[in-house]
Amino acid sequence: MIEILNFGLAALILGLAVWAVVAREAPAAVVGFIVYGLLLTLVWLQLQGIDVALTEAAIGGGLTGVLLINAAVRLRSTESTARAQRPSASTRWLAAALSATVTGALAICVLALPEPAPTLAPEVLANIAVTEVGNPITAVLLAFRAMDTLLEAIVLLFALIGVWSLAPDRAWGGRPGLLQQADPNGMLDYVARVLPPIGIVAGIYIFWIGADYPGGKFQGATLLAAMWLLVMMAGLADAPPISRSWLRWLLVAGPLAFIAVGVVGAVTAGAFLSYPHGFAKTLILVIEFALMPTLTLILGLILLGAPLRGEAA
Amino acid sequence: MTAGTLFGLCAAALIGLGLFGLIVNPHPLRKILSFNVFGSGVFLLFGAIAHRGAAAGMGGDPVPQALLITGIVVAFSATALAVALLLRLFDQTGSVTLSSDVAAKAGNDTGAH
Repeated sequence: MIEILNFGLAALILGLAVWAVVAREAPAAVVGFIVYGLLLTLVWLQLQGIDVALTEAAIGGGLTGVLLINAAVRLRSTESTARAQRPSASTRWLAAALSATVTGALAICVLALPEPAPTLAPEVLANIAVTEVGNPITAVLLAFRAMDTLLEAIVLLFALIGVWSLAPDRAWGGRPGLLQQADPNGMLDYVARVLPPIGIVAGIYIFWIGADYPGGKFQGATLLAAMWLLVMMAGLADAPPISRSWLRWLLVAGPLAFIAVGVVGAVTAGAFLSYPHGFAKTLILVIEFALMPTLTLILGLILLGAPLRGEAA
Repeated sequence: MTAGTLFGLCAAALIGLGLFGLIVNPHPLRKILSFNVFGSGVFLLFGAIAHRGAAAGMGGDPVPQALLITGIVVAFSATALAVALLLRLFDQTGSVTLSSDVAAKAGNDTGAH
C-alpha cells in the first residue's frame, strides 16, 4: 500500500516540477513550485528525515516560495519580452539531450549504489553521549560538524549584506519593504493579531525541543520570522531602518558568540570549536540561544529585500 | 522497489528537468526557479543515499541529513541574493534581459548620449 502511495507521490512531484519549468506565466510556475516544496516534505518523511522535512517545509518551500512569488509579480511586465528570446529549436533539443544524459547517468548510479550502504550512524551513536544532546542531527550540526553550521550562519549574514548593498543610494540606511497601511477591520489585520502569539510559541517550542527531538533553530527561526513578516504585511509594525546599530549588533551577535565558543574550545580543549569535557551541552545551548534571534532577523530581513525608502517614510 | 531507490530515481529526473529549464528558459527568474528544482533534486538524491545508510536504530545516516539542512539554508541565501540582484537590474533598466545583443545595444545607446 505504502509503495503505491510512494509511486503516486513521485509522479505528482515530477508533474509539478515539469509545470514549474514549462508553465507560461511565472507566478503560476512559482505556485507550482510551492506545492512541489510541500509534497517534497512528505518525501522527506518517507526517507526518515524529519529534521530535513521541517527545514524543507519552512525554508525550501515556504520562504523561497514567498521570495519568488513576490519577484514574479513585480517582474510581470518583463515576461513577454523574455518569451520572444526563446532559444532556437536546436538549442532546446541539445538541452533536452544533455538533461536526459545527466538524468540517465544519475539513474545508473542510483541503481548501482554499493551494498551494504556506507554509513556514519554507528559512529554518531557511539559518540553522541559526549555531547549530551538526544537528537543525532543536532549533535552533528553543533558538535561533530559545528564548523559547517558556523559558516552557514555567516553565509546567511553575507547574503543579507549582499541584498542590502543593492539598495539605491538615496535609500541606503532606510527601511526595507513597502509601507503597508493597516486596515483595522480587515481580515489580514485580524490574522496578524491572532496568529503571532500561537506562532511564536510554536517557533520557540520547535527551537527548544531541537536538542532532543526533530526541530531546531533554523526551523524555529523561520516560524518566528514568518510571524514578524505577517505583522509587517498587515501594517501593524514597520521594518526597522537598516542603519540602526542595535539591529546590526543583533545580526552579528549569533556568529560572534559562535566564534567566541570556538576560540574557548581552542584554548581549553585543544581545537577550534571543540568543547571542554562536561561543558558540551552548555556550550551548544549558548550557541543556539545566541543564533536564534540573529537567524530570525536575517531570514525576515532577507525576505524584505533591499531598502527602498528613507528612514522617515 | 525501496523508497530510497524510488526517490533516488525521482531525484535524477528532477535534476535533469531543472537543468533543462535552466538552459531553455530565457527569463532570469525562471532560471532561478529551475535552479531551485535542480538543487532540490540534488538534495533529494543525497537524502535517498542517506536513507540507505539507516543503521544503529536511526532511520537514516544523520551526517548527510545534517549537511542537507545546511545545504537547504545556503541554497535559500543564494536564491535571495539572486532575486535581489534581478529586482535591482529591473529597477535600474526596466528590463531583465540576459541577452548580450540586447545588452550591447542598450550600452551603445547610453554611450551615444
